[in-house]
Amino acid sequence: MAIQIIFNLLIAVMWMFLSESYTVLSFFIGLFIGMGLLFFLRRFVPDIFYVIRLYRIVKLNLIFLRELILSSVSIVALAYKPKLDIEPGIFALPIEVKSSWEIALLGNLISLTPGTLSVAVADDNSKIYIHAMDLPDVEASITEIKETFEKAIMEVTR
Amino acid sequence: MIDIIISLLLLLGTFFILSGSLGILRFPDVYSRLHAATKAATLGVAGVLLGSFLYLLFDQGIVSGKLLLGIVFVLITAPISGHMISRAAYNSGVELWEKTKRDHLKNESK
Repeated sequence: MAIQIIFNLLIAVMWMFLSESYTVLSFFIGLFIGMGLLFFLRRFVPDIFYVIRLYRIVKLNLIFLRELILSSVSIVALAYKPKLDIEPGIFALPIEVKSSWEIALLGNLISLTPGTLSVAVADDNSKIYIHAMDLPDVEASITEIKETFEKAIMEVTR
Repeated sequence: MIDIIISLLLLLGTFFILSGSLGILRFPDVYSRLHAATKAATLGVAGVLLGSFLYLLFDQGIVSGKLLLGIVFVLITAPISGHMISRAAYNSGVELWEKTKRDHLKNESK
């Protein structure tokens, strides 16, 4: 992805020199032309087309924001509830992501989602232990996290 | 119009901070208190900072990058501190609430 961005910036600067107008506007025109060129040459440059990857990063951020707002609302609702009828518990989430960067991101996202807080990571990086505020069904919580976050993270990093 | 949006953001932010503090007081054990501290307070601080950013932008004409950076850093660091505190609490043997259903972390090497 980095090499594609550098190519794109180079093409944009080249376009400025070719058209001999050194303005922000021509830089952006060059940027778009470079984007188009990279799109048509995408089979010859390594990695997938970087705009797709940027789109996935934006998508991950939006998921994150949505979950943050939802989780805060649910916690606030719980804080004002007169009677606490919750079933907390700690469950193990088996994870597929491997690098420490991905695990850190996943742990952060889990901590900011409704009712879950990452407590510990297993020594061999195969599981994350999660404290859940209300845990009627372990399997449902596991699949929910795997479906939303782990998928989105793997789309970005793989 | 923009005044209303700014006031709403500030009010919502303070409301979330207040509710988070209430949650810290009311919830039964360390782990559930951390839930309130990491989530509600994070969103509250982000809302207040965003409100003040908009105020400076539209009322004073200042683009304050520091406030935006503040939001980013709060979002990054709050869950990390929550994770560290809960992990330290578990490793030093703080009891879970008696109504806690299951504990998969027990008997595992941490």
